[in-house]
Amino acid sequence: MIFLTRKAEFSSAHFYWVEEWTEEENQRVFGKCANRNGHGHNYTVEVTVAGEVDPVSGFVVDLKQLKDILEHEVIRVYDHRHLNLEVPEFRVSVPTTENIAIAIWRRLHKKIPSAKLHRVRVYEMPDLFADFYGEQA
Amino acid sequence: MKAYLSRRYHFSASHRLHSEAYDEAQNREVFGKCNNPHGHGHNYTVQVTFSGSVDPVTGMVCNLADLDAFAQTNLIERFDRTNLNLLDCFANRVSTTENLSVEIHRIFAGFSAAYLERVHIEETSNNSFDNVGGRASAPGIL
Repeated sequence: MIFLTRKAEFSSAHFYWVEEWTEEENQRVFGKCANRNGHGHNYTVEVTVAGEVDPVSGFVVDLKQLKDILEHEVIRVYDHRHLNLEVPEFRVSVPTTENIAIAIWRRLHKKIPSAKLHRVRVYEMPDLFADFYGEQA
Repeated sequence: MKAYLSRRYHFSASHRLHSEAYDEAQNREVFGKCNNPHGHGHNYTVQVTFSGSVDPVTGMVCNLADLDAFAQTNLIERFDRTNLNLLDCFANRVSTTENLSVEIHRIFAGFSAAYLERVHIEETSNNSFDNVGGRASAPGIL
């Protein structure tokens, strides 16, 4: 089994807020991330796929194809957008790094031909990242 | 829904690799330049990985502000700008990064809001050490 990882970057705005909570509760739990004017990050996503090497092509997956899928399913939707306001999944969930990793998994799952999606890693910044290995993991 | 959250912390400390069980020549032979009597130092990076269910309301494995406060008190304030050899935890152990990882794993296992999966320490950009506690990670994970 070979693991292959492709990286991409996107820059987005977000804030943390639960509508059902009072302003005080949001401030207490989310601190400065609850500023409703939003703030932003340069995110890095690493998509790891697992599979066997094709004996003819020598590929686990066609990297160009993986790059295009990532671009089409994720980067095009997230990059230079406000996650809370412009990305549908974050109308109903807080765009934490954990939830972004889960959302990207769901966007890519079953879209990658010939290899299995193994892990989605999202860096909010170089010192903070979240990993998701699928709904069953 | 299980996810993994990793956070990196930084501190700078000095140390000297030296064992009372060896004589001077043996210490020099085993530890080489790390046995320099005057010590030397590193910028250490500690990466801790926690797992847990993502809270359906907050979207979090654990509250990062709580983890940062825990790390500030129990990691940074304890190790930053210190001589590791003078700390209690190295009174009877060589201050290798392997032994440091045992101590730091013990410390972060005390953060109860999520499950500590791994402590990864970079001593330099070329040397890193991982401690997963008493068990092996599932194959392919992390």
